[in-house]
Amino acid sequence: MSRTLLSVERIDARHGLLQAVREVSLTVVEGETLALVGANGAGKTTLLRTIAGAHRPAGGRIVFDGEDVTHVPAHRRVRIGIALVPEGRKLFPELTVEENLRVAAAAGRPGCWTVDAVLEAFPLLQPLRRKRAASLSGGEQQATAIGRALMTNPRLLLLDEVSLGLAPVAVEGVYRSLATLVETGTTIVLVEQDLGRALGVASRVVCMLEGRLVLEGRAGELSREQVTEAYFGLEAGAR
Amino acid sequence: MSWVNAVIHGILLGGFYALLATGLSLMFGVMRIINLAHGSLALVGAYMTFLVVEHVHVSTYLGLLPVLAGALVVGYLLQRTMLERSLRAGELVPLLTTFGLLIAIANLLQYFFSPDVRGLSAGGIGTANWRVSGSLTIPWFDVLVLGIAIVVLGGLQLLLRYTQLGRELRATAADPDTVELLGVNARAVYGRAAAIAVATAALAGVFYAMRSNFDPSTGPTQLIYAFEAVVIGGIGSLWGTLVGGIVLGVAQTVGARIDVQYFALAGHLVFLAVLTFRAIRQSVGLRVLRRVEA
Amino acid sequence: MSEQAVAAPSAALRVERWSPVSAVFTALLVAAMALLAFAPMLFGQGMLDNLIQLYFLVILAIMWNALAGYGGLVSVGQQAFIGIGAYAVVFLSVEHSLNPYLAMLLATLIGGGIAIPLAAIVLWLRGGAFAIGMWVVAEVFALLVSLDAALGGGTGTSAVLAFNLRYTPEQRLRNTYWFALAAAALLLAILFALLRGRLGVSLQAIRDNEDAAASLGVHVLLGKGVLFVLAGAGCTAAGAVILAWQLSILPLGPDSIFGVNWTAKMIFMVLVGGLGTFEGPIIGAVVLYLLETYTSTRLGVWYLVLLGGIAIGVALFMPRGIWGSLQERFNVRLLPVGYRLRGAGGGR
Repeated sequence: MSRTLLSVERIDARHGLLQAVREVSLTVVEGETLALVGANGAGKTTLLRTIAGAHRPAGGRIVFDGEDVTHVPAHRRVRIGIALVPEGRKLFPELTVEENLRVAAAAGRPGCWTVDAVLEAFPLLQPLRRKRAASLSGGEQQATAIGRALMTNPRLLLLDEVSLGLAPVAVEGVYRSLATLVETGTTIVLVEQDLGRALGVASRVVCMLEGRLVLEGRAGELSREQVTEAYFGLEAGAR
Repeated sequence: MSWVNAVIHGILLGGFYALLATGLSLMFGVMRIINLAHGSLALVGAYMTFLVVEHVHVSTYLGLLPVLAGALVVGYLLQRTMLERSLRAGELVPLLTTFGLLIAIANLLQYFFSPDVRGLSAGGIGTANWRVSGSLTIPWFDVLVLGIAIVVLGGLQLLLRYTQLGRELRATAADPDTVELLGVNARAVYGRAAAIAVATAALAGVFYAMRSNFDPSTGPTQLIYAFEAVVIGGIGSLWGTLVGGIVLGVAQTVGARIDVQYFALAGHLVFLAVLTFRAIRQSVGLRVLRRVEA
Repeated sequence: MSEQAVAAPSAALRVERWSPVSAVFTALLVAAMALLAFAPMLFGQGMLDNLIQLYFLVILAIMWNALAGYGGLVSVGQQAFIGIGAYAVVFLSVEHSLNPYLAMLLATLIGGGIAIPLAAIVLWLRGGAFAIGMWVVAEVFALLVSLDAALGGGTGTSAVLAFNLRYTPEQRLRNTYWFALAAAALLLAILFALLRGRLGVSLQAIRDNEDAAASLGVHVLLGKGVLFVLAGAGCTAAGAVILAWQLSILPLGPDSIFGVNWTAKMIFMVLVGGLGTFEGPIIGAVVLYLLETYTSTRLGVWYLVLLGGIAIGVALFMPRGIWGSLQERFNVRLLPVGYRLRGAGGGR
């Protein structure tokens, strides 16, 4: 279980003149859960979107399962197994829950995740199947968004701020389903503001500060203080 | 022609306008493009069918089939080349490029087909009438066109609701960036929407050519009527388009009942009246809002 | 991104509204306009005839650019005003025996007057809906005129008598020349002043983001309304000049006074010259004038195919047009309507 699934090599990403990601390199091993932490504006979302192909990098290389995908468009990356649950959920508001899930059939990746499997994994969606996505609560929307990404049967699931804006109970629910995913062996990279949650679910943690990677280690081996220092850019945490 | 007759003819004419407007409505709904060349593309469909019928000596209905297939291809390519690039250049650019296309098509048709007036045969049904009473006769051909309009609109509705392509179309219309994250090639989806739109335009163009004569300057007039139907019915609603088409058609035939010269004018005035009504409602709404805020 | 990084260079930047180059150029342009007023004493009739054509093309181009380039309003129905201008002159000078030049002036005011209530209706439309909505308006005016037997109905009308009663053909040409030059100069000056004033700033805000501008208290509808009325009056003036220039007009058909081919020409001029640049449309008008004078008879229907094709090509591959591209390369602005940041070292 130590085959490299994703390797990001010296990626630069910009928003206009602003450099959001600076020469970031990291690898993700098949089956692991990597938490990406850092303050607002540290470049986490941009890095995730660059991996998914939604943002064009200014430099560097992205290799997925031995294949250079740096210039592969987003929809083709989904077809080889990279899925992103975007920040803000981005459901199609006028489509029903089931329709939202079924759009992902476009990925054309057969696997264990079907509409029924998703509804089984997220029981709260069961009665909402034919409801318009716009009418759902935040937690229900988040579950739909994760389920929708799972419908592409990804080998690598990228989760961006899945607990943002949710009530504590809903966050609890979302993380319980994540734990199930982790057990089934899905490779996950997740961006999370809440350090406790991140350390709780992840096997490895990387911390970003002003576009750079500043700390990397196994979740069990890093102390909360170490991560906090890196998070805020205090000297001890800088490399 | 009695008043009742005028209204019934107007309703049937509305079916034709709805058919003509379907593609315009679809492209606006999915890509937010108002294709100013829509009427001209419909006319190209009529001319191409004319060519097929002339050279292969088949009926118009058979000649239409290869043209529809061609229209699908033309629509797809139009989107993937000119319109896709226009969309990236800014929201007003599609208007400029499709207007350029409108002008180019009208004059190319004039060059290749001369400004002469032409027609397409509708076969036996073209002249058959249903005599309901002494003063009320209904042309079967117009009923056929209304029927086809309903079938096309209904079919499109079913496609949008129950097929994977339909879900992808609706999802892409809502958020073209996010569908990419689910494995949907948004640009190809746009291409398919344009293919369907241009095919329905060509279909409408051929039926236009069967019901009345056409010449290279017909396109823009038809674009205006189609657009009026879409706006009266409410932009982006397929069945609204049918209602809008019928309102426009009735306005025109009733106007023509007063004086033949008022046919087009009456339709335009109803359209402007609808706009004025909405403008007043909107500005009243705004004022109420401001008062609430103050 | 630290705050210092933002603050540091701003000390070396200054906001510039006039540069020496633009001041000299604007002065030269004003002088050239004044000199052109003496053209009737210097040139023959053929030349005057050509210059009148150039002037009304310039008017049409700057007015369409005012709408689309500064107001974000793409209209495919400005021919409504061209037709109104021509027919108002016929109405006033032929039917009511007014002096035709006074009629041309009044017609311009009538056009502006019609634009005011019209703005209240059509400006609620956005994007393509506004574009075709204006086309419907043009069709309505064309149909109304064609229904009026006194104005010649569908077969058109002529103002030959009204002009010939008072003026010799040479006098008509000269007066029309002055009217066209004065109209073009005045409209350029008004637009220049408007864009340099408060309206220019709020229009810039609307162009950047209409909803955000509205929430900041910029009166979006008013800003667009001013441009719409100005463009209405301007196109009406052009229509009046066109009548005085060609004397007889038709109401219906793409090539008529209410015809959509005028829009094709306006779009061509503005796109080729540079959409949203002040100087560009003038260049576009010169280009169209040259094409029209030297190629249109030889090309036949291909002439309009060419106009449409070039418009598509420029919109897609050279969106800044001739002037915008030059401006980008050399960072010059001859008629300064905006603000420009300049570093201490010059250039961006």
